[in-house]
Amino acid sequence: MKAKFIIPLILFLVLVGFLAVGLNRDPHEVPSPLINKSAPAFELPQLADPKQSFTPASMKGQVWILNVWASWCVACREEHPILVELSKAHVAPIIGLDYKDKRDEAMALLASQGSPYLLAVSDANGRVGIDYGVYGVPETYVIDKNGIIRFKQIGPVTMELLNQKIYPLISELNKS
Amino acid sequence: MIPEFGHYALILAFCVALIQGVLPLIGAHQGRREWLILARPAAQVVFLLLATSFFILAWSFYANDFSVLYVAEHSNSQLPVVYRFGAVWGGHEGSLLLWIFLLSTWTVLVSQLSKSLDDFMVARVIGVLGLITTGLLLFVLTTSNPFERLFPAAQDGRSLNPLLQDPGLVFHPPMLYMGYVGFSVAFAFAIASLLSGRLDAAWARWSRPWTTAAWIFLTLGIALGSWWAYYELGWGGWWFWDPVENASFIPWLVGTALLHSLAVTEKRGGFKSWTVLLAITAFSLSLLGTFLVRSGVLTSVHAFATDPRRGIFILIFLALVVGSSLLLYAVRAPKNTMGGKFSLSSRETFILLGNVFLVVAAGSVLLGTLYPLLIDALHLGKISVGPPYFNSVFVPIMVPLLVLMGIGPWTSWKNSNLMTVVKRLWLAGLIAIVAAILIPRVMGDFTWLSSMGFLLAFWVIASGFLQIIRQAKTGVPTRSFIGMQIAHLGIAIFVIGVTMVGAYQEEKDVRMSSGETVSVGGYQIQFQGVRDELGPNYRAMRGTFSLMRHGKVEAVLYPEKRNYFSSTMPMTEAAINAGLIRDIYVSLGEQLEDSAWAVRVYYKPFVDWIWGGCLLMALGGLIAITDKRYRVKLRKLVA
Repeated sequence: MKAKFIIPLILFLVLVGFLAVGLNRDPHEVPSPLINKSAPAFELPQLADPKQSFTPASMKGQVWILNVWASWCVACREEHPILVELSKAHVAPIIGLDYKDKRDEAMALLASQGSPYLLAVSDANGRVGIDYGVYGVPETYVIDKNGIIRFKQIGPVTMELLNQKIYPLISELNKS
Repeated sequence: MIPEFGHYALILAFCVALIQGVLPLIGAHQGRREWLILARPAAQVVFLLLATSFFILAWSFYANDFSVLYVAEHSNSQLPVVYRFGAVWGGHEGSLLLWIFLLSTWTVLVSQLSKSLDDFMVARVIGVLGLITTGLLLFVLTTSNPFERLFPAAQDGRSLNPLLQDPGLVFHPPMLYMGYVGFSVAFAFAIASLLSGRLDAAWARWSRPWTTAAWIFLTLGIALGSWWAYYELGWGGWWFWDPVENASFIPWLVGTALLHSLAVTEKRGGFKSWTVLLAITAFSLSLLGTFLVRSGVLTSVHAFATDPRRGIFILIFLALVVGSSLLLYAVRAPKNTMGGKFSLSSRETFILLGNVFLVVAAGSVLLGTLYPLLIDALHLGKISVGPPYFNSVFVPIMVPLLVLMGIGPWTSWKNSNLMTVVKRLWLAGLIAIVAAILIPRVMGDFTWLSSMGFLLAFWVIASGFLQIIRQAKTGVPTRSFIGMQIAHLGIAIFVIGVTMVGAYQEEKDVRMSSGETVSVGGYQIQFQGVRDELGPNYRAMRGTFSLMRHGKVEAVLYPEKRNYFSSTMPMTEAAINAGLIRDIYVSLGEQLEDSAWAVRVYYKPFVDWIWGGCLLMALGGLIAITDKRYRVKLRKLVA
């Protein structure tokens, strides 16, 4: 067996090795640089009463959830009943960040479908969304007592995700 | 009941394919005639079973049988019949079934058209194809059964992705797969000859028409896909270096190298082990492409639902098929001595150089496609590789290739006098230089890149025509020669199209109200307004635009914005006024306030030459296959 004839085989085996590793990684999943970092601060008007504002600092001392949504977002409607479930469980308050939306349409949606949110704030021009690295709506963040982001979900929250990830995480964060 | 028959036929096909894959190979190895003659009938039975299975799946779509999960996921009762048929391969399970069905179609064609080949060779070739069929059938049966039932049956299906509801879906995948899968024949011939230890000119002669046939389908399949993306996706581009596009283009590049290398092996007995390696590589890359597309390891606009088991299965299959072939190659190839000697200025040298450029091009596209995966696997981060990489790497490799293309056909085998070639080619060089200076001036701006494109394209064209004239003087040229010239002309036409679009297209994104006019490329386009229209399974906003030149209306264009009932995403249907020397492309964007719309207008000079060039390449291949020396064999076959 001459050496040069075995080169293609070796190259191929290296390639297979890479493909095998690649299989176990999800190319869609881009790690969020915000995990284990402080949630970016902001001050936004509340959706229900624009005269009042909200800042994440006011949530210090409790574990809470930030959910990015919009009335124009179809996947959010799928997610909506699950968020309502989550709010009924009373494990953590949910703050809704209404992203690039019209106030009356967002209000109408919450009025007709029920609101899972402790309160919702309006990010009409999407400025806060940029700070949070939002690139698809819906997105959901779990933030701990010290205002550190511990988990980020891109895309709708599912029952499976609630049971397997979010509930255990919240109870763990509550203990500390 | 009917879908169960389809499933049953698949299981039976698996069993028979196992026989087709195992017994003839052992029979050929041990010299047992009674085993190796099983190859042909087994291949035919597998074909019949797969055809039955495929037909039943198509029937389930036609009959709207939403108790079949795959049908419920990819079709619905409002879907027009022709797309229901296309929807058969609109998803993962069905497209794999199509893949296997086409594989067995090629196998049966080999079994029918190989009567003059000795039984041992036929047994080995069909056996190798049988093993591939077996592996893929196992994959379908264990992870991707298209006949899986849904209880209770769905009221109606989820419908086909609206992007796919286009005639493109009906033709593009079968063409592409026919090409992909067709390389399996060259592969099987290569493995069979490695097994038998007889790597000779006869082997090359046998593989050649099969390889060319597969290459024709692949060329047409890629061109159709590109054309489909151009008019359907509404982006106005013709190639995006998307991983899935690359997955089909890489085998094409290697397949093109293989075509040329086979010519040397057939005519001169040279490059044997190189040709075998290319045959193995071309099909391996087809399998790799299937893996990349079906496993979801890469992100792409062709996003497919993925299941980790599928990825692992295909990877193991890929490793077994390609790994064992390359091992066989490593063991057997060194025993083959070099073919006839040739000098540095021979046709062999030029073909070899061309081969090197094609393989390097394929390698660089492969690297760019896999790079994000490699980097991620090494934990170096997440990156994506885009068109700038591919354009800056791929284009420079094509330049010397095109230069060679103008010279190679003039050289003769073994040894040729380069001085005489140069003497004959000065006129071609002159024509190319004149074209490179004049055409950019006529079209507008002079840029070095476009000038280079025209120089190379006209170099190839002029060289081809000079040679045709010369050949015609000495007698009727062979079909191989004519086919080669037409395919090369196709490349030149393609290059002209790419150069023109790249350098001189005009794009305008404008806000237009009713009555307003925008002008591109010497045309005026007037917006007349938007109306509601109702399609079979969608509602559309239909715009009306008048295309005018010198104040006269030449055509009326109707771009649409469609809302399919089954989907929430609006679809853009661009309107294109196509012409030999330019396309005008209008697509509707978002509705702005009042009656104003965001409108995108393109002027694309010579864009159809891109696909026209591909058609010529395929036509060239077709003419070459019908060359006398293959027909002699066919005639013998019939007699």
